[in-house]
Amino acid sequence: MERKTHLYDCHVKAAGKIVPFAGYLLPVQYETGVITEHMAVRTSAGLFDVSHMGEVLLKGQDALKNVQLLVSNDCGSMYDGQVKYSPMCNESGGVVDDLLVYQKNSQEYLIVINAANRFKDVDWMKAHLIGDVEFIDVSDDLSQLALQGPRSKEILCKLTEDEKLPVKYYSFKEDVNVAGINCLVSRTGYTGEDGYELYCKNEDAAKLWQVLLEAGNYDLDGNCKKADATEDFLLIPCGLGARDTLRLEAAMPLYGHEMDDSISPLETGLGFAVKLEKAEFIGKEGILSRGEAKKARVGLNITGRGIAREACPVYINNEQIGVTTSGTHCPYLGRPIAMALVDIAYNALGTQVEVDVRGRRIAAEVVALPFYKREK
Amino acid sequence: MKEYLFSKSHEWVQFSNATTAKVGISDYAQKELGDLVFVNLPEVGDEIAAGEEFADVESVKAVSSIYSPVTGVVKAINEELLDHPELINSDAYDAWFIEVEEITDQSDLLSEKEYKELNS
Repeated sequence: MERKTHLYDCHVKAAGKIVPFAGYLLPVQYETGVITEHMAVRTSAGLFDVSHMGEVLLKGQDALKNVQLLVSNDCGSMYDGQVKYSPMCNESGGVVDDLLVYQKNSQEYLIVINAANRFKDVDWMKAHLIGDVEFIDVSDDLSQLALQGPRSKEILCKLTEDEKLPVKYYSFKEDVNVAGINCLVSRTGYTGEDGYELYCKNEDAAKLWQVLLEAGNYDLDGNCKKADATEDFLLIPCGLGARDTLRLEAAMPLYGHEMDDSISPLETGLGFAVKLEKAEFIGKEGILSRGEAKKARVGLNITGRGIAREACPVYINNEQIGVTTSGTHCPYLGRPIAMALVDIAYNALGTQVEVDVRGRRIAAEVVALPFYKREK
Repeated sequence: MKEYLFSKSHEWVQFSNATTAKVGISDYAQKELGDLVFVNLPEVGDEIAAGEEFADVESVKAVSSIYSPVTGVVKAINEELLDHPELINSDAYDAWFIEVEEITDQSDLLSEKEYKELNS
């Protein structure tokens, strides 16, 4: 039985098309549709309910020691108010999950994990705790909204003082008063666009949703069906569909697609977050013992007619060299793209391949990631 | 204006005479599918059968099969849809997929009124 987030009624009111996802009932899109929602985030702003994400707290004298043991990135020199991305590996060097570490101080960390992995992660972390540390799963106490897009700051500044907001990408501030609601606000996101993620108590979530949409001039009473919604509104609600196309265009990996318990984070291209020079972390020996990466994550530009989705075999002539991990038609680029894990011998840009889409081979070319990068 | 008849799998068919008709998908279907970004059509001369798949459409999120409401031979395809699948979203009744001739059989077809009642 799927659960509802505390914004469920808001989604129904906004005519969201509700689907089960990671144990929750969430909107895959609203009446505006995935393309309009995607474009709103690229050109103006979009608001997502991401309350399904899991959050845990690590508190105590040995909090940092535990974080350092659990994740592959180095959290040793973070400043208070910094956010860091990291894989969390298993002993064999596969990935348990990828997550965000928020350093409140060196004795308190908030860790944000994928909804689909919440219970697995909680069990994993609890089983590996050391020393003086308190572990609290706060997933059911917090709601999370993602405000994403170039006009996010302008919208948020209508509701709070400018200087209260985090300035640097991957930083956060606590106790930010957003229209009277106490929020933790981080300058993070999963869209490749500037924006914020706001964490609040469940009972404040619906109000926060409403004040943000109002600040974006969104018509809360009239249904928005227009394809040119961003001409009328700064901000529109966006569903899981746009969240996926946006992250894919920005080439952000998704657990269960570009990563899983068996794939090394180095193959996924997450070497920047795997610090093998760090004294110790779970999975370090596993990663080292695998030797040089045999596969690589690549971008594919689909040049033939068709759309490659996940799990399509990738060929050169009649040799299978890999498999797609995600794929879609990209609204901003206006063409189909995919990511694939391929034999590292074939990861050179410009390599011509074929993707098997439901028994039909379509042409594709290895291209640089990300597919889309915002102008700063 | 010739009337539209509907299959239970949400295709429409509009006969121009007893053995020739255009086929598309209903407005209800395009709404359910969402923004369409790709259409695969058969070729002229292909034989298609009532109740069997003859095309597929893709939204940003998923692939869906389109079933033929009639048995016959493809006389023409709407090539404009190949480059502009969004035309289906903007006017599903204008955006015909194929024209079929030599029609010899058809699915159970509903009138517009019956079809509307089915989806209400």
